[in-house]
Amino acid sequence: MSTPLSGPGSVTQTPGREPAGSPPSRSRPSRSRVTRDDAPITLTGLAGKVLLLGLTAGVAVWAAFPLIAAGMWVGLALLAASTAGLFYLYLTRRHIPAKYLVPGTLFLIAFQVFPVFHTASTAFTNFGDGHRGSKDDAIVAIQSSSVTQVPGSAEYALSIATKGDPVTGPLVFLVTDPGTGAVSVGDTGGLRQLDAADVTVATGGKVTAADGYTVLNFGQASSRSREITDLVVPTAGGALRSSGLSRAYEGKAVRAYEAGCDCVRDTGTGQTWTADEQAGAFVAADGERLAQGWKVNVGLSNFTRVLTDENISGPFLGTLIWNFAFAIGSTGGTFLLGMLIALALHSPRMRGTNLYRVLLVLPYAMPSFAMLLAWRDMFNADFGLINSLFGLDVDWFGQAWTARFAVILVQLWLGYPYMFLVATGALQAIPRELTEATSVDGASPWQSFRAVTLPLLLVALSPLLISSFAFNFNNFNAIYLTTEGAPFPADNPTNGATDLLITYTYRLAFGGQGAQFGFAAAISLFIFAIVAVVSAVSFRRTRQQEEVYA
Amino acid sequence: MRIRTAGVVALFALALAASGCGGDSDEPAAKETPKAAGGKLVIWADDKRTAALKPFAEKFGQENGVTVDVQAVSKDLQTNFVTASQQGSGPDVVVGAHDWIGNLVQNGAIDPVQLAAEQKSGFNETAIKAVTFNGQLYGVPYAQENLALIRNTELAPEAPKTIEDLVASGKQLKAAKKVTETLCLQVGQNGDAYHIYPLYSSAGGYLFGTGANGDYDPKDLGVGKPESIEAFKKIGALGEKGEGVLKRSIADTNSIATFTGKKCAYLVSGPWAVADVKKANITYDISAVPGFAGGKEAQPFVGVQAFYVAAKGKNKALAQEFVANYTTTPELAVALYQAEPRPPALTAALDQVKGSDPDLAKFQEAGKNGQVLPAIPAMAAIWDPFGKAEAAVIGGADPTSTITAAGKTISGQIK
Repeated sequence: MSTPLSGPGSVTQTPGREPAGSPPSRSRPSRSRVTRDDAPITLTGLAGKVLLLGLTAGVAVWAAFPLIAAGMWVGLALLAASTAGLFYLYLTRRHIPAKYLVPGTLFLIAFQVFPVFHTASTAFTNFGDGHRGSKDDAIVAIQSSSVTQVPGSAEYALSIATKGDPVTGPLVFLVTDPGTGAVSVGDTGGLRQLDAADVTVATGGKVTAADGYTVLNFGQASSRSREITDLVVPTAGGALRSSGLSRAYEGKAVRAYEAGCDCVRDTGTGQTWTADEQAGAFVAADGERLAQGWKVNVGLSNFTRVLTDENISGPFLGTLIWNFAFAIGSTGGTFLLGMLIALALHSPRMRGTNLYRVLLVLPYAMPSFAMLLAWRDMFNADFGLINSLFGLDVDWFGQAWTARFAVILVQLWLGYPYMFLVATGALQAIPRELTEATSVDGASPWQSFRAVTLPLLLVALSPLLISSFAFNFNNFNAIYLTTEGAPFPADNPTNGATDLLITYTYRLAFGGQGAQFGFAAAISLFIFAIVAVVSAVSFRRTRQQEEVYA
Repeated sequence: MRIRTAGVVALFALALAASGCGGDSDEPAAKETPKAAGGKLVIWADDKRTAALKPFAEKFGQENGVTVDVQAVSKDLQTNFVTASQQGSGPDVVVGAHDWIGNLVQNGAIDPVQLAAEQKSGFNETAIKAVTFNGQLYGVPYAQENLALIRNTELAPEAPKTIEDLVASGKQLKAAKKVTETLCLQVGQNGDAYHIYPLYSSAGGYLFGTGANGDYDPKDLGVGKPESIEAFKKIGALGEKGEGVLKRSIADTNSIATFTGKKCAYLVSGPWAVADVKKANITYDISAVPGFAGGKEAQPFVGVQAFYVAAKGKNKALAQEFVANYTTTPELAVALYQAEPRPPALTAALDQVKGSDPDLAKFQEAGKNGQVLPAIPAMAAIWDPFGKAEAAVIGGADPTSTITAAGKTISGQIK
């Protein structure tokens, strides 16, 4: 932008130029393929192609290893197919349009379509804290967390040894009884005492060498970590288990899963907890649940909960209304203010416009993250800048309406430079001849603005306004960094006066009450549906508008 | 210049892919060699602790011929740990607060640790109690922390015996224009259950009753009971519509700064505030948070920082060795204390640093009658509703209906 954007010199637009934002003409010259085929291959083009395809191959190889390790063969097949497809596409001279469309489509699938499907599938489960893994995981967790030391049993000094190769040979425990000093060797078959003459015992009881056995050092042992933790040496009272690499204790898993009754039984008290596949937890007869549950399909219950649970559906409607008000208020407010300033600076009589522009863009250039925190502190009732500057005593974030006003005000401050910038750009595109013609016809400036400038501006800016609306509808930072949804009604800590659906969902999913991903996903789908409908309707209307003015 | 593009590009790409392949397959092979000699231990901790842990972890690695990788997770360590361990990409050892235990256990993310009797006896009893859950020891504690009353001795030479004393002296200072706030106790717009708890407990409120074995009982919820309503009536009287001692405008972001800016004579905070107070050159003293006159003793929460063994770690045996047999040494506890001054949980380590840092003993004295912060998963349901009810009451809402509603919300969330 080296030439001044406004002022007397800028009236150089070609009359009849298409307004910005209108679709490009669709008829493409059909000879393009022929020219492409004959186009000479430049070195830079070739180098770029080699580099990009090499990068693709590299990424594919890099992504393949974890997939192979996890045994996800479907994913691997998809990866191989898409990589092969990419190579095919860019190594042939055919399929020109696809060359442009495929990368975008791939990213669209990876970052838009897949997350939506993933969210949708999560919404039908009870995925969340206590219900994260499979039933098998839960059983393992229950059993391993119930291993306790047998009362009165001894602590043994432990060495890990093997009869064969340190890397592959079967492992044994060499343990020293702290009472008698006797050394025994233990494996899954049980404990056998070793001859004292055959072993060397260091102070502290750890066996350092034994005839016929190779004692593993920490490094060797730790590379076989899983085998060591899995090795359980049965004893009369329980079993010897390792506690690290240098100590063993006699422990017993008090709770065990029994496949016959599909239940967990406590061998100490005899209590049982039967698997409840609806709830994804082991439940006792008296309704007590074991903490470790698993993920199950809960059907539509997350969705029905949103609609029927009056603690959620009641506030949900209020939040929804405020959410619309916030999105419309911040989009409309910033647009109005930005456009007014753009109009003012567009006036040929305005001087020093460049300075104004720089000043106006400043808030836009600041990171909004930091600015939101700064604004939060400025609204502090006792120490905030706003109250002390204006001599007010307003409890800004403590009352519903002042808090709502404050967050919209902050949005206005953060957002109007953007609207100013795009409105300035769009104004340049409107030929001045049009407004001049209206003034010749005797129209007042207001009339010419209403009849000519505003409609043309709106045609250009409508898509931006819609996307800005969609962004503000889910403007998590704006709320979370300033009010966190406060103020909350005294009797309801879940829905604050400034909560948007997205901050409300976030609190459900990751908030203080523990994660409820399934339920949060269901609410996300509601939000998705709302935003999609609003955008679809607005785009439809914009298109009609374009047809009128184009 | 015309080249057969397709062929050349394919060749280049293949070469690149092959080199990529080679590089990738070489790497695991190269790693295989040290792996045969020693495994790799991955530890997750927050930024401050990472710095302190690194030298010790390296020493442990060198002594035992293994690689130790201490990784800093600066945000949402608990959530990240649970998610990562679910996906099988988690660490072997994680360092965190003891009140995570309930959640980590219900997600099957950590395993119990077996300590010998003499190892256990080296620790402060409260610390061991804090990491015990369902009768099992789930972590090795290394530091302990609780709230205390930090006061500016220039403004308030005497430690107040009761809240009423504190309010009276604070008001005098305010009238003399020496301060602008009576007390810096963080509340914020959404309340702060941790910081209000000493007053709540002093006024007779409780969160969970204890069962026969001394564990917290999630079925006996104290919030919403008459005691809690009485407690919040007293707290509300100190609020914005009452004495104006407790204010929502004082939050976690500004409470310490307000104190160091000499705008208040009293600050309720923990050992983490001391560094800032020292930096501001304020002469200070530390005493227990006072209770209400004629009420119970004010009990701050005692929290413990601990090492946990990840249930789904790749190197569990080594992790257990590190946690059960290495972190129990006083040297590590002292180093971690030097990285961040919180009282060590190992008695030997505390004795070692107590002499050079009198604040530690004062904090410990202030937390002597503290209550172990409950680690049961039901505690997660407390924080948010309790804090918001607190903020509402301090803002002037009716205590009875507010706390009754909070109790209902909390019990609705406890499964």
